[in-house]
Amino acid sequence: MIATTVLAPRLEGLLGSANVISAPEELQRYAVDEMIPSAIAKPSSAAEVAEVIRFAIAEKLCVIPTGGRTKLGIGRPPDRYDIAIDMTGFNELAHYDPGDLTLSADAGMTVRALQEAVAAKGQFLPLALPFFAETTIGGSVASGIDSVYRRLLGNARDFLIGAEFVDGKGANCKSGGRVVKNVTGYDLHKLLIGSLGTLAVVTRLNFRTYTWPESSASQVASFSSLENALAFRDALETSGLPFFNLEVLSPGLASAFAERLRAKNTTPPSVFDANGWVVYAAWAGNSSVVRRIQTDLEVCTQKSTPPSVETLSGNLNTDVHVLFREAFPLLRAPSRDAVVLRFVHPRLSPENLHDLCKIAAKESLTAHVLLRPVGVSYFALVAGSGEGNANGGLARAANAAISRLTKNGATHSVLHASTPLKASIPLWGPQGPDFALMQRLKRAFDPSNTFAPGRLAEGL
Amino acid sequence: MGQLSPTTRSSLLSELRGMLGPDNVLSERSDLLLYEFDGSVVKGQPEIVAFPRSAAEVSKVVKLANKFQVPIVGRGAGTGLSGGALARSGGLMIVFARMNRILEIDLENRRAVVQPGVVNLDITKAVEQAGFYYAPDPSSQKSCTIGGNVSENSGGPHTLAYGITTNHVTALELVLPDGEIVRIGCKQGDPPGYDLCGLFVGSEGTLALVTEITVKLSRKAEAVKTLLAIYETVEDASQTVVDITARGITPAACEMIDGWTLVAIEDYIHAGFPRDSGAILLLEVEGLRESVAEQVSAIEEVCHLHHAREVRIAKDECERELLWKGRKNAFGAMGRLAPANYVLDGVIPRSKLPSALRKIQEVGQKHGLGIGNIFHAGDGNLHPLVLYDPRKPHDFETAIKAAEEIIRYCVELGGTLTGEHGVGMEKSELMPLLFTDADFDLMRRIHDAFNPDSSLNPGKVFPISKGCGEIRTRQKPQPGVHP
Repeated sequence: MIATTVLAPRLEGLLGSANVISAPEELQRYAVDEMIPSAIAKPSSAAEVAEVIRFAIAEKLCVIPTGGRTKLGIGRPPDRYDIAIDMTGFNELAHYDPGDLTLSADAGMTVRALQEAVAAKGQFLPLALPFFAETTIGGSVASGIDSVYRRLLGNARDFLIGAEFVDGKGANCKSGGRVVKNVTGYDLHKLLIGSLGTLAVVTRLNFRTYTWPESSASQVASFSSLENALAFRDALETSGLPFFNLEVLSPGLASAFAERLRAKNTTPPSVFDANGWVVYAAWAGNSSVVRRIQTDLEVCTQKSTPPSVETLSGNLNTDVHVLFREAFPLLRAPSRDAVVLRFVHPRLSPENLHDLCKIAAKESLTAHVLLRPVGVSYFALVAGSGEGNANGGLARAANAAISRLTKNGATHSVLHASTPLKASIPLWGPQGPDFALMQRLKRAFDPSNTFAPGRLAEGL
Repeated sequence: MGQLSPTTRSSLLSELRGMLGPDNVLSERSDLLLYEFDGSVVKGQPEIVAFPRSAAEVSKVVKLANKFQVPIVGRGAGTGLSGGALARSGGLMIVFARMNRILEIDLENRRAVVQPGVVNLDITKAVEQAGFYYAPDPSSQKSCTIGGNVSENSGGPHTLAYGITTNHVTALELVLPDGEIVRIGCKQGDPPGYDLCGLFVGSEGTLALVTEITVKLSRKAEAVKTLLAIYETVEDASQTVVDITARGITPAACEMIDGWTLVAIEDYIHAGFPRDSGAILLLEVEGLRESVAEQVSAIEEVCHLHHAREVRIAKDECERELLWKGRKNAFGAMGRLAPANYVLDGVIPRSKLPSALRKIQEVGQKHGLGIGNIFHAGDGNLHPLVLYDPRKPHDFETAIKAAEEIIRYCVELGGTLTGEHGVGMEKSELMPLLFTDADFDLMRRIHDAFNPDSSLNPGKVFPISKGCGEIRTRQKPQPGVHP
């Protein structure tokens, strides 16, 4: 292994001095769980990425690919971290066939830039993701973060049709293709979703695109009890109406949403200030479809008699949509001392959720709950400001919450926790026999353990 | 055939009969003949066929096969179209026909847990009264099994809107090549870690045997309309598909059949298809009533813009079912045109559909072969049926040449080899058209991570010809014998 002092010059030999950074203040910006790389490489082609990887393999160095660096906090501290590969200079829309509704884009392209490019043709990608302006498509896919279009259009595994990447031998590889239906060869690109950069460096992603609907609208309704909110959500779930998003948020989170809108000089829906559980339903389509959904929704709503309800359109509809899209950074923002857990579970009962809130109260923590569609929930535990070291309470509450929901068949991951806290919270559920299969995959992709070792889980 | 030594065969048979009972093991040549075919043009006969009834039995059978170093291939109903479930290297075939129970229906979470031998359509039958169905609908859905669908990542006409098998599977129970039983995924889907279900679905039985599957149940749409658009030319029909796609209209299904093929189908099924057209499109739209009405209107407009002679909307469920019966049984009707056919499965970008169909016609003319077209036009998934007569000298070889030209053209257009049938042993030699040595090296490492001795389904997916023959097999694979 080479000394860190000569690492940057060696990389400069591969990429040119303008594409290698080693200034300490810059390195700090690429920290992952307080670990700082020795150099930053900024390749501008897939061939250069492969060169850097082959160099890292030869020198027994470990790399972490980075994009907008908005979600580097997800996962556990890596076992080693020598080189950050900054992919943001690699950001072209390589191929776009609007007539086929397919595209191929470099991994360093931001989600916003890509959405703007396809919007010019009246299309969109179902990647409505947090950190929308800065996050790259490569980082988004690697993080596995949720899109608010998921209820209707699925997650990345449903519309990612192919990928190009550099594997752990430093070879440029591909999987899938640029057609919407393809079963040729193993679906390796699906493995990259949520892999946190532990299998390969993604250089290009192929997606199918969708046509923008004519119009959209949404409704927020506040309920004084969680039971009534869930009953209303369930009624909408079983209505057969094609809501693209359907979420439930706890009273405190609704207030935080209202504050965020006020901070942007927007008057929030009064529903957010009603101190109740809020059910948010959003829909889109041609005007007749939007009208029909609204009509049926009104009937459902009248039956449930929420104390406060508001239909949103125009800018406010867009602003509230953005709030839900950006829910993850909002959940972790109120305090540095916070833990954000993501659960995937069968249907949750009100008792399950009351239990979570009690767990938080026992440790004098604030609990924020966001029930997303398709069995995904975010549960944030937040310590109040000025409480000193809250880590003990946060760890106990997080562990209790994980224990409570995993008994009901949930799986969990930790979306946010401080580095010290990560040592006392299981970032992964009980490892079953399938974990050994994942380890086999890791070894097959990355035989030298070059990519973000240990970041997804210990041993991956 | 006959790769097992008489001693090995005898010992293995004896132990298998003791393990599963004599009624669950076949070894007579006349019985084995049934298992040497699927729906493709290749064949490969197993030496022994076993019918386990549980994952535990599958595990025991796998361990037993390992003891005797016998290759294993899994099989559902044998309706596959790529030779995926054929015993290319002889050995032991595990047939899942007797693992055919629906284990759980959970409507609250919209999931069903089924054994691999459950017939695709039986899931829908079990839940349709409650307003649900299982979305992937291969043409063989009345007989094909979910286990086979999972192995091949099967599609069907309605996958245009709803995705293929991988989009509808959330968890699997597997028996690995060493006999270990492992569960992957979770009921709700999306567990932390690598997307193992995403890898194993569509791995064509080369990584593990599937013994239990959790599938998503979809809610039936409020309204459905089926349209039959009739054209004088294939060109007009294909331009309609291009335009429908470009306008962002997403029918649930968009199928095309050329006029020549239609006559044979109509003679066979009497579905109400025209006998004098150049091509038809069979389109289906689903959703809210308002949405369906608007889509029907938009589709009619596009059809007429591209010179449709007639656009007929099925007036009732009976007519709709008849039209779909015509489509889903169309391959069977091809027997009226030629004694044999080779079904291709190439995919192209939808914007290139007219060009691809012209090429198919040229290739047919060049080789003097009839080529029918019955395919999923909406997602660019072509199914040219290359007709041939195996009794004529060189006719089969000519058909293979024609097929290869068409597939090469699909790849040139930016497409791929197979959209839903799988690579199997039929297309394995064409894989280098798409994949580089580096791609193969990685796929081979993945393969070897789970199936290091190639004991499971040897000779599939990877080319075994020059340069790509490193996939090890316990016994050297024999090329499939063509009928």
